[in-house]
Amino acid sequence: MTARPSRFMLGGRTYSPAASLLLATPFLLVLMLAFLLPLGMLLRESLFVPSFTVEHYRRVFDEPVYLRVMYRTIRISALVTLISLLLGYPLAAMMARTRGLVLNLLLVAVLLPLWTSVLVRTYAWLVLLQRNGVVNDLLTGLGLVDAPMQLLRTEGAVVLAMSHVLLPFVVLPLYATLRAIPDDYARAARMLGANGFAVFRHVTLPLSMPGITSGCVMVFLLALGFFVTPALIGGPQQMMLATLVQQQVTELLNWPFAGAIIGVLLLAVLGLMIVFHRVIRLDRFVGQA
Amino acid sequence: MRAAAGGAELRTGTGNGEHVGVHELVKRYGDVAAVDGVTFGVRAGEFLALLGPSGSGKTTILMNIAGFDFPDSGRIEIRGQDVTWTPSHKRNLGMVFQRYTLFPHMTVLDNIAFPLRMRKIGRAEREERARAALRTVRLDGYGERKPAQLSGGQQQRVAMARAVVYNPEVLLMDEPLSALDKNLREEMQIEIKHLQRELGVTVIFVTHDQTEALTMADRIAVLDLGKLQQLDTPKALYEQPTSSFVAGFIGETNFWPAVASGDAPAGAEVGVTLEGGERASVTAADALRAGQKVKVAIRPENIRLAGDGAGLQATVEEAIYAGSVTTLLLRSKGPTLRVRVGLDGSLGEPQPGTPFALGWQTRHARAYAA
Amino acid sequence: MRRRSELTAGRLAANAIAYGVAIFLLVPTALIVPMSFGPDRYLKFPPSGFTLEWYAAYFSDRDWLDATFFSLRIAVLTSIVATVVGALVSLALVRGRLPGKPVFELLVVGPVIVPNIAIAIATYLVFDGLKLTGTTLGFVAAHTALAMPFVVFTILASLHRYDADLERAALSCGASPLQAFTWVTLPQISPGIVSAALFAFIISFDEPVISFFISDLDHRSLPRKMFEDIDYNVSPTLAAVATVLTGLTVLALVVGHFAGRGRQASPVARRPTSGN
Repeated sequence: MTARPSRFMLGGRTYSPAASLLLATPFLLVLMLAFLLPLGMLLRESLFVPSFTVEHYRRVFDEPVYLRVMYRTIRISALVTLISLLLGYPLAAMMARTRGLVLNLLLVAVLLPLWTSVLVRTYAWLVLLQRNGVVNDLLTGLGLVDAPMQLLRTEGAVVLAMSHVLLPFVVLPLYATLRAIPDDYARAARMLGANGFAVFRHVTLPLSMPGITSGCVMVFLLALGFFVTPALIGGPQQMMLATLVQQQVTELLNWPFAGAIIGVLLLAVLGLMIVFHRVIRLDRFVGQA
Repeated sequence: MRAAAGGAELRTGTGNGEHVGVHELVKRYGDVAAVDGVTFGVRAGEFLALLGPSGSGKTTILMNIAGFDFPDSGRIEIRGQDVTWTPSHKRNLGMVFQRYTLFPHMTVLDNIAFPLRMRKIGRAEREERARAALRTVRLDGYGERKPAQLSGGQQQRVAMARAVVYNPEVLLMDEPLSALDKNLREEMQIEIKHLQRELGVTVIFVTHDQTEALTMADRIAVLDLGKLQQLDTPKALYEQPTSSFVAGFIGETNFWPAVASGDAPAGAEVGVTLEGGERASVTAADALRAGQKVKVAIRPENIRLAGDGAGLQATVEEAIYAGSVTTLLLRSKGPTLRVRVGLDGSLGEPQPGTPFALGWQTRHARAYAA
Repeated sequence: MRRRSELTAGRLAANAIAYGVAIFLLVPTALIVPMSFGPDRYLKFPPSGFTLEWYAAYFSDRDWLDATFFSLRIAVLTSIVATVVGALVSLALVRGRLPGKPVFELLVVGPVIVPNIAIAIATYLVFDGLKLTGTTLGFVAAHTALAMPFVVFTILASLHRYDADLERAALSCGASPLQAFTWVTLPQISPGIVSAALFAFIISFDEPVISFFISDLDHRSLPRKMFEDIDYNVSPTLAAVATVLTGLTVLALVVGHFAGRGRQASPVARRPTSGN
């Protein structure tokens, strides 16, 4: 009797569950140690210090200071999402219409910032918006204002910079969705008497809703937890969730409370993902370039 | 080496002297048996086709012979040796895939030389044998190109060269011509047959195209739903199908429901009452009892038409002109029949409504238990 | 295929906005480059002269160089570890029968969904206790987890595009499974692996949030050092650093793009052809 073949065969065969598990073990280890375990411990801090309690979570919602931070975070995130959408849609639409060199150039315009360090981009805004920065020079030079304005450490600056940073996250899924819409729909609509705007309103816009939703949810989620830009461009008056957490941890060493804030953030993220899970295609965000 | 024609029993040839043997092969996917107890043998130097519709199990059987899949039960033997569990790279078989499957990052020559390299053959000899193989498939001079630069037909020839350059025991082919267009396919069919005769290699060829199987194979194994229906020469399969499935799958067939008038063993003449009331004389394909429901199978070219006189009554419903032959759709007292008439002008141009009397030779009409 | 569009006012406006947005995306970062060559302490545009003094300052500053090399070291290690681990789990996902596959799929996308700040704080908590802050091991572990989704998705895409029949063909030619993998599979998926490695490198090198928290006084990543500098003293050296970083990113993207295009599975094999 000839022996059964070794189960760990390559070559067009499927690996056995045991072999598959073996292959996946390093992955499991890394994610346990650097992802699951830390998150678990943080959440445990927020719920079980000193013993089981929801006190820390209560503080998040009871104390006006923190409520304001929450509200501000949501407000800024919503604004950023809206602006990104309004700016990003035309760009995505243009990209969906073009081919060849123009398309490649536009793709570069979107992908390059995406892969450039957030710090570099935020720093660029700092330089642009500082008292003697380019924007102020422009404004005073054109005579629009008398003296250089305080642009940094304002909510407007934070919104602007964050929109800039997060714009690609709306453009890419929108571009993918718009590109996939067959030309024939627009042609059929025109044949039936629709003008340009009507085609957009009745055909393109509805068909691009998945891309819109997907992009907006992604941007909103990212904005909620954003740290770098609010930390550098915003001041204490623009404290957002992430900078609040930072303060609690590095200055006040208040781990449980920080954990609670993170817990709330995670709940929001989870909730949004559950509601929109059908629309969000993560492979679009993660697998470009 | 050709099997004698005639006889209606299932001939599988699993005796000694077979080159490749498949014994009681079973492969299940979940609840479904893709291969359900198939047994057959392939003789040395034979060109055997595995023919069947999709889902018949033909590809699964080939994959098991190749060693890319392993059965739930049963054996695969090559020259009498049990190779059921031998890893595929040790079976010394050649294989040509449906999508050519040439290594895109290697040149044509490197592709063909690859199996020689795996057998640790020296560089000089490798190159010489690869170039010789290239010459055999008439692609001299294409050695330095990459597969992407070749057409479909050329790629398939390179694939064949690669599969035979090391003189394998058996050549397996998995629907290699289905990606090619019609004219190219026919050209390649001839080329493959030439190659096989020249090399004398045993070939097992999977296809769903019965015309392809009929023209190329020495014997054909007809499969349906995981079971072997009939294994026979093309002629025997066409003229003496042992089941109504084979009768319907190979070539075109008319089926006329009827009732047997008497008992008859398989192969004997028997009278039947056709649906619609008329009587006819047919050959029993299975053993039949009086009163048993049957299906009479008769091919379109075997139905005789007479303008008047005795015979089954039918009127023309439609005449379909197709160049060298015209197919008539005739409404009989039973089902609508298809009849093939040649361009000899004897029938003129039958108009819809023209009545005809039909008849056939008893040996051409086969009655299967329904 | 040409798309003819009528140049209505609406279409013109939309186009203008589109190009405007594209420029808007590029301009801020692009402006830093010329500004970094100017002598003005407060970074003027257009720069009033040309000087390399900020670059000199960057490359002669002990602190900056330490941070740079620290980040480079971590990025290279992360790239290697993440690619290997990611390749293994991708193989298991595509070719294996993984028990509890949905759990693994969730874990793959986890670091993308969970906000960086959450991972950062949590990691800081654990590392603080384990004395892993500021250590290479700590950084590599954290960055590997962060880069994993990108690595896995890239390699998965590569594996999905790969025709498994190629391996069977190699086996039928007498190659052992290992030989088939080395000679046939690996060359086919290597562009994807190179891409994945580059992604991991960029992600690690530029990573600001986790670095902020798990750096310590002696061991800071480059982003952390930049952060501090921005916070405490906006010196033009930063502009030089930023330009260098951006240049590196562009380089990595270009390399990645060409590596990814290098070897594609034969497109010919997929279409039925006619003619000889």
